[in-house]
Amino acid sequence: MSSMQNNEAQVISRAPVRVNSDAYIRSRKRKHVRERFLMTITHLVLIIGGISMIVPFLWMLSTSLKEPGAVFTFPPQWIPKPVMWENYVRAWKAVPFGRFYLNSIFVAVCVTFGQVFTSSLAAYAFARLHFPGRDKLFLCYLATMMIPGSVTMIPVFILLKTIGWIDTYWALIVPGIFSAYGTFMLRQFFMGLPKDLEDAAKIDGCSLFGIYYRVILPLSLPALATLTTFTFMGSWNSFMWPLIVINSMEKKTLPVGLASFQGLYTTDWTLLMAGSIIVLLPVLIVFIFNQRFFVKGIQLGAVKG
Amino acid sequence: MKRFFSRLASSESVAGYVFLLPNFLGFLLFTSLPVLASLVLSFMDWDILTPPKFVGITNFVNLFHDKLFWQYVGNTVYLMINIPLCMVGALLVALLMNQKLRGIVIYRTIYFLPSVCSGVAICLLWRWLYNPDFGLINTMLSQVGIQGPDWLSSIAWAKPALMLMGLWGAVGGMNMILYLAALQGVPPELYEAAEIDGANAWQKFKAITLPFLSPTTFFIGIMAIINGFQGGFMSAFIMTGGGPAGSTTTIEYYIYSNAYQWFKMGYAASIAWVLFIVVLLITLFNWRFGGKLVQYN
Repeated sequence: MSSMQNNEAQVISRAPVRVNSDAYIRSRKRKHVRERFLMTITHLVLIIGGISMIVPFLWMLSTSLKEPGAVFTFPPQWIPKPVMWENYVRAWKAVPFGRFYLNSIFVAVCVTFGQVFTSSLAAYAFARLHFPGRDKLFLCYLATMMIPGSVTMIPVFILLKTIGWIDTYWALIVPGIFSAYGTFMLRQFFMGLPKDLEDAAKIDGCSLFGIYYRVILPLSLPALATLTTFTFMGSWNSFMWPLIVINSMEKKTLPVGLASFQGLYTTDWTLLMAGSIIVLLPVLIVFIFNQRFFVKGIQLGAVKG
Repeated sequence: MKRFFSRLASSESVAGYVFLLPNFLGFLLFTSLPVLASLVLSFMDWDILTPPKFVGITNFVNLFHDKLFWQYVGNTVYLMINIPLCMVGALLVALLMNQKLRGIVIYRTIYFLPSVCSGVAICLLWRWLYNPDFGLINTMLSQVGIQGPDWLSSIAWAKPALMLMGLWGAVGGMNMILYLAALQGVPPELYEAAEIDGANAWQKFKAITLPFLSPTTFFIGIMAIINGFQGGFMSAFIMTGGGPAGSTTTIEYYIYSNAYQWFKMGYAASIAWVLFIVVLLITLFNWRFGGKLVQYN
């Protein structure tokens, strides 16, 4: 609603002012007042919404710093007295969070690198090279994007069990390396690149791999960055698959590790919140300093096929 | 045929296959063959330990008579009521933010925060917020004289509780960003023209903004429905264990339990295939009929 009002105001200010009567000036003043009023309302609504976004996080932080008994007071105290930094030490020692971090980073880096590599190679083939069966194959890729993960998960689980990969890093990494979505997204982006540069490179005797590596990839950095972000986040937050294929504590990734932490300390809320913050904090920091990049990536990643 | 093979052997074709190969192998091993394998599996009875038995369509017949399955289908659909709510919420936030506001970056960052957080941590946080005696929500309710329910342990409130959490996470997330981008793509001249014709704010919204947003709405809606049918596993697993009395168990959760807890691989595969077919039909239906409502400029 109010955005319309705003546009209305813009229109007025852009229109060449020919009439200079008192009535016109009065009406402009009224518009101005109304516009300021609507802006204030907008800010107010956004601030109230923003508070409801933030408060749960503050509650989490506050709980994580309380004495175990202090969470059961009424009304709840927001500033913990005394501040129990020890909760974080206790949580860190209760389950191997450091190890979970290393696992998550290792798996996410491998999956991301592998996926960007194989997807960009395939996307280049689909976008630029001519070979028999190309378009039919591409259709197959597209068709599989709609298949629920649970359909393929069961046979893949059985396959990995047969070859003895259950409870290994292989099970976390290898199936994640190949993605139809990544291939599709990059292919759409490659299709939009101008061909002149490639032709020039060809004339200069550049090989096809050289064109891919020296021309296509450098031109596609925004798309590659987007795919990297999404794949990394996807792997980092992935829950069901690691839950299925990993049993031993020292191979768990952060989400699954946090879930088993909950299983051990079901109602020890100070400890659980401290553990959750240990898991969330690095991601939040990375996000807050790169939020523009995230926003751009989302807009780029939503390719409408 | 001869031409086919000569084209096959041409250097560009060979290069094409070589470029495709790594991805294609993975595609074959982890996507296309498993799809067929799970179809075959859905006609089997298999607990992994003993050899599989072919049982025909027994799994599907049992599934059709499985009261629990229908209850979980109901739960899944119930939880999907959240989709339109989340979309309207995201659109409203986007409309508010689509103004020349000061501090827009701060707002956007704050609203987007829940979306970047690991789901498990968020679920843990909300389990604590929903704590019946000392959780933030019930203590705040009691301060205004309302006795809050035992959210996650009540059959009536467990699903709305999960939906509220979903709404909190979704109004400022990806979809809001997509709506915001779409809103910024509406040419201002259209509003000016409507203005001259004497249109009021609501008329302009209905005649200009909504049609311009329709491709985005369509895209978001389709994705949300596809994901909705396969969703609800993590939050239920962490927060309620699927209970109370199965009231938060979704189809995805049932597949998980069958396959990886009770090792009924064949039955799980048959549920997964039914899910696949439902998603496929609904998506086709959407493309066929929903596509007509979309106005591409």
